[in-house]
Amino acid sequence: MDLTRLPGFLAARLAKAAVVILAIVVCNFLLIHAAPGDPASVIAGQSGAADERFLAQLREQFGLDRPLHVQLWIYLKGVLTLDLGFSHRQQLPVWTLIQARLPATLLLTGTAFVFAIVTGVTLGALAARRVGRWADSLITVIALTFYATPLFWIGLMLVLVFSVWLEWLPSFGMSSVGVELHGMAVVLDVAQHLLLPALTLGLFYLAVYARLTRATMLEVADQDFVKTARAKGVPEGRVLRAHVLRNAMLPVITFAGIQAGQLVGGAILVETVFAWPGIGRLAFDALLARDYAVLLGVFFCTSVMVVAFNLVTDLLYAVVDPRVEAVG
Amino acid sequence: MMDFWRRFRRNRGAVVGLCILVLVLLLSATASLLFPDSPWDMAAAPFMPPGEMGMLLGSDSLGRDVAAGIAHGARISLLVGAVSTAAALLIGVTLGAIAGYAGGIVDDALMRFTEFFQTIPSFVFAILLVAIFSPSIGSIVFAIAVVSWPPVARVVRAEVLSLRSREFVQAAEVLGKAPLAILLTDVLPNALSPIIVLSSLMVATAILTESALSFLGLGDPNLMTWGFLIGAGRSVIRIAWWMSVFPGLAIFLTVLALNLVGEGLSDALNPRLARRRA
Repeated sequence: MDLTRLPGFLAARLAKAAVVILAIVVCNFLLIHAAPGDPASVIAGQSGAADERFLAQLREQFGLDRPLHVQLWIYLKGVLTLDLGFSHRQQLPVWTLIQARLPATLLLTGTAFVFAIVTGVTLGALAARRVGRWADSLITVIALTFYATPLFWIGLMLVLVFSVWLEWLPSFGMSSVGVELHGMAVVLDVAQHLLLPALTLGLFYLAVYARLTRATMLEVADQDFVKTARAKGVPEGRVLRAHVLRNAMLPVITFAGIQAGQLVGGAILVETVFAWPGIGRLAFDALLARDYAVLLGVFFCTSVMVVAFNLVTDLLYAVVDPRVEAVG
Repeated sequence: MMDFWRRFRRNRGAVVGLCILVLVLLLSATASLLFPDSPWDMAAAPFMPPGEMGMLLGSDSLGRDVAAGIAHGARISLLVGAVSTAAALLIGVTLGAIAGYAGGIVDDALMRFTEFFQTIPSFVFAILLVAIFSPSIGSIVFAIAVVSWPPVARVVRAEVLSLRSREFVQAAEVLGKAPLAILLTDVLPNALSPIIVLSSLMVATAILTESALSFLGLGDPNLMTWGFLIGAGRSVIRIAWWMSVFPGLAIFLTVLALNLVGEGLSDALNPRLARRRA
C-alpha cells in the first residue's frame, strides 16, 4: 500500500473500532436493565449478597431514578474512564481484578495463536506441495477431528494422558506452588505450565489454518503471475515464499481476525480446565458467585481485545496486500 | 429426489455420518426404555469402573449411571441443537432477506448490525446472556440463537442479492406481486440449498456451545446433559477417567456426524461443485 495513505486508512479503521466499542458499552447497559430484578443488584452482584445501604449508594451513583438516557450517559462516562464497576464479592474494583489477570491471558492466547499460525501455515504449505499423499490426508483428518471435539474435553484428555498417566507435565496453575525459583528457573516453570493449555487452545486453530493455507496455496499456484515468475527463472523456493505463500497468507490473516473472538472464548474454557489465572478463570469464578459486574467487565475487555486484534489484522492485510486501497 | 440420494451416497463420509446420527437419534428416543430410572438416581456404588456392578460405562461420584446420563443427555443435546438452530435461522433469514431485497440504507444498517455480532466474542456473550437471564433451557436456546444467526444473514443476503435481478423475480415484480410474497414464494425457495447445508453445521456448533455452557455450570439445573457430565468428572479425573471420557466421545461422535452430513448435503445440493472437488 502507498504509505502516504496510511494515516487516512488508520483513522477510518480507528473510527470504526470506536463505534464498535461504544456499541458494546450500550449492549452491556441494556443487559443490566434487561436482567430480571433491580439493576442495582445486577451491578452489585447476586441479590442478597449486597446490603441495602450499598444498593442505595449504587442507585444514587448510577442515577437509577433518573431517565434512561441520563443513566446511559453516566454509565458510558464511567466505562470510558475505565470505571467498570465494583466487585462486591471480592471488594475490589473490576478493572483492578481484570488488570491483574490480563497478562496471563495474553500470554496464553498469544502463545496458542503463534503456535497455531506458524505450525498451521507450515503444515498447510507442506500439504499443498504433496496433494493427495498421506500427509495431505492426515491434515484433513486432523482438521475434521478438531472441528468436532469440544475444546474443554481436549484439555481434559491432555491432562489425563500427560499429567495423570505419564506424569510429565503439571495439570493446573501457572507456576509451581511452594517452591522458590529464580531467574531462568521461573521462565522454565511457567513454560512447563503453559505447554498443555496453549496446546489445547492452539490445536483447533492449527487445523483450521492448515486447511486454509493448503486450499489458498493450491489456488494461487495456478495463477499467471506465478507462472510468470517461474518463466523469469526465479528459483522455486523463492517463488513459493515470495509469490505463492505471500498471497496465500491473505485469507489466513482475514480468518485470524474473524476467529479472534472465538480464541478469547476458547481461552475461558481452557483457563477453567487448567486453573490458569487469567481473565477466563476470573469469569468462571464470577459465574459461580453470580458476580455480574465482573462478568460484564470481562465481556467488555475481551471485546476490546478482539477489536484491537482486528485493527492489527486490517493493517497487516494492507501491508501484505498492495491492492488494498486506503478507503474505509 | 433419487438423484439427490445418489449424489449424497457417493460421499462415503456423509453416509457414515448419517448412520451415526441415526444411532444417536435412536438412543435419545429409547433412553427412557433403555434406562427407565432417572439418570439422577443412584444406581450403584460410587466410582465403579466401566463394566462393574452392571455399569456399562461406570458410575459417577454419587453412584449414578454414566451410560444412563449419556442416553438421557442425547435428547437435550439434540433438542437444544435443533431448536436454537431453528431460532437462529428465523432471525438470520429474516434479516438477510430484508437486507438483500431492500438494499440501500436498510441493507447498510443491517449489515453493520450483523458485523457487530460477528465481532464480539460470541461465547463470552453467550455466557453473559445465560448468566444474567439465569440458566434454563430457554435462556440457553436464546443465547445460542443470538450468537449464531450472523452467518445465516450473510448467506441469505448474498443469495437474495444474486436472485433479485433474475428474470423470474423481475417478472413477478412487473406482475404486481407484493415484495413479501415475492420473497417467500420466488426468492427464498431458490436460496434453500446453502441454508440447508449451513443449518447442519449450525446444529453441530450449537451442540458444542451447549456442552461448553453446561461444562461451566450454566446448564439447566434440572436436565442431565453431556457437558454437565464432563464438568462433574473434571475434578475427579485422577480417580474416575470414565466420567469425562465417555460423554466427550458422545459429543465428538455426534458433532462429527453432523459435520460429515453437512459436507454430504453440500455435495448433493451443489453437484457441480462436488465434481470439481473430486
